[in-house]
Amino acid sequence: MSEEDIAIKASGLTKQFGDLTAVDDVDLEIPEAKIYGFLGPNGSGKSTLIRMLCGLLTPSAGEVEVLGLRVPGQAEELKRSIGYMTQKFSLYEDLTVTENLRFLGTVYNIPRSEIKQRVNDALEEYWLTEQRSQFAGTLSGGQKQRLALAGATLHRPRLLILDEPTSAVDPQSRRDFWDILFSLAEQDTTVLVSSHYMDEAERCHNLAILDRGRLVAQGRPRDLVRDINAGVIEIMTSSPRAARDCLEGTDGIHSVAQLGTRLHAIVAKDIEDPAKLVREQLEEADVEGEVEKVTANLEDVFVVATRLNSEQSEEDHAA
Amino acid sequence: MWLPRDSIPNKAKKTMLRRLLAIAFKEIRQLKRDRLTFGMIVGVPLLQILLFGYAIDLDVRNVNAAVADHANTSLSRQVVAAAEASQVVNVTRAASGPEELEQLLNEGRIEVGIYIPADFERRVIDGNRPVGQLLINGSDPTVEGIARRLAEMPLPGQSQPMPLFAARTYYNPENRSPVNIVPALIGVILHMTMVLFTAIAIVRERERGNLELLITTPVSPAELMLGKIIPYIIIGLIQVTLIVWVSQWLFDVPVRGQLLDLYLVSWFFIMASLALGLTVSTFAQTQFQAIQLTVFTFLPSILLSGFMFPFEGMPRLAQWLGELIPLTHFVRMSRGVLLRGADIVELHRDIWPLLIFFFVFLVIATLRFKKRLD
Repeated sequence: MSEEDIAIKASGLTKQFGDLTAVDDVDLEIPEAKIYGFLGPNGSGKSTLIRMLCGLLTPSAGEVEVLGLRVPGQAEELKRSIGYMTQKFSLYEDLTVTENLRFLGTVYNIPRSEIKQRVNDALEEYWLTEQRSQFAGTLSGGQKQRLALAGATLHRPRLLILDEPTSAVDPQSRRDFWDILFSLAEQDTTVLVSSHYMDEAERCHNLAILDRGRLVAQGRPRDLVRDINAGVIEIMTSSPRAARDCLEGTDGIHSVAQLGTRLHAIVAKDIEDPAKLVREQLEEADVEGEVEKVTANLEDVFVVATRLNSEQSEEDHAA
Repeated sequence: MWLPRDSIPNKAKKTMLRRLLAIAFKEIRQLKRDRLTFGMIVGVPLLQILLFGYAIDLDVRNVNAAVADHANTSLSRQVVAAAEASQVVNVTRAASGPEELEQLLNEGRIEVGIYIPADFERRVIDGNRPVGQLLINGSDPTVEGIARRLAEMPLPGQSQPMPLFAARTYYNPENRSPVNIVPALIGVILHMTMVLFTAIAIVRERERGNLELLITTPVSPAELMLGKIIPYIIIGLIQVTLIVWVSQWLFDVPVRGQLLDLYLVSWFFIMASLALGLTVSTFAQTQFQAIQLTVFTFLPSILLSGFMFPFEGMPRLAQWLGELIPLTHFVRMSRGVLLRGADIVELHRDIWPLLIFFFVFLVIATLRFKKRLD
């Protein structure tokens, strides 16, 4: 399988709910056997987009092709090759771990003779063997999440969709969870993840940033960070509050965010020496601090992308 | 959703059946663990049958009556005695004529006046004119029902049974409530189980988020609905058995027809109620709303079906509305099977409305269910 195989292709994808445009003219090309992330705030259209991609919602406009099948026309056929993990735990809390998995196995039409073996394998793979006769409702957050993932992959789907998968688990569980995702991608599964966590987005092979229904940036996290359309300045200061106050009103400085004792200022691209601008501003306000140009992080990318988008839509509005 | 049979290959049919059964077995398993619901399935019928059997007597007896007997023959006196013996009326006074009867009625001293004219014997012999007159306080619908029974009473010593009265004397001569109530009670309990439990079962799936997962699987809406319904059909038939058994054992309610016919009749009613339950589930967001909506469908059924009040005694408009309610037809049919020994062929006039009701509401539920996903 070459690197260029495409799992999902969408063009001009749009979804309107009444007056609200939840997804606005999105073009996508998602490669196979990669982890592809959708990053965006709540209400940015992540879930709507994902639902259209797997045929649960009918697009208002645009075309989608998933795993060579046209959606929504062949959505029923597609469902057999998709595994879906919902944001909220959606297995049956009053069934045991094994009962839940067997139920899903039957629903996905895994041959009777294989179900037992597959369930046992899944229990082992997702470290749930000890909990096998426990009711799903009594599992811990991390266990529930592993069970949900075991259920979503039991029929060995070619495309796995995860809607904000790690919003309710601790960091260790999150780490283990991502290890599983990477091994799934290595076994040729395409993984779609939606998230609003930067650390989660950072782990994806590819990333799309969504804001108010629009696709505002797309690429490998490393490339996005490198090609950021702004300068990022880090300020170490003992009085971050005052530094923030003096920088926030300045022309050319888009935003300032505090990270403990550090500040990240995002400065417009057209300013030649952003560090100098920041230093001058601080001196003027008589705030002490070390100023340094640094590499952007994903949060900076996100802030810049969404800011450009809102300026864009204001212009659209004015026109 | 409902594909023509030929367009589905055999293998696909098999996998559909397999998914459907998986859902049904899952539902039964959950039901077994839900002690409260499980208790209600058995407890509700038992409680209701004991309540109606022992405590509630819907028959009004010993209504005050007056007699103006202008014939004053032995036959006319026998008629009055027979009326009293039925315990329906209690003759408290004699009146001089129709005018006094009317006055007593107006004053509210009596509910029923019996006027026997002087040419009573001759009318009896002629046989084509009413032999007497009943003056009835029509402001109370139950009294009207009583009076109707009196009007259809056969003359003492005459063996020809008159058709409508015969239904009453012949099958429930002691006017015992349970005999009349139990056949209808089966319907009331089935209505409750079928509409409420199915609506809740589906709404629960949505409320807990299970539906969000299921719609991403190959399970179709039809499979999901049928799979969830099957356990409740079985439960409904178990409830029928339970009610018939308990009412036979405790209240000597007869089963004059074939039990199989009763199950068939119940089956048609169950289908209609399930379709209603499914429709309710598409309107309710939460289990609580499902309960409220069910109560909303429950009231007209109880009031207009002939379960509480005699159907014939209801105003024309209410009767028309009653004909639209599945319970009305079920009450007629189950009384027919249990009390009159009717068979299913004789009851076909009440089966069609149930089938029509089933299809109409199934279409509504399916259309609305699809819409909810988008």
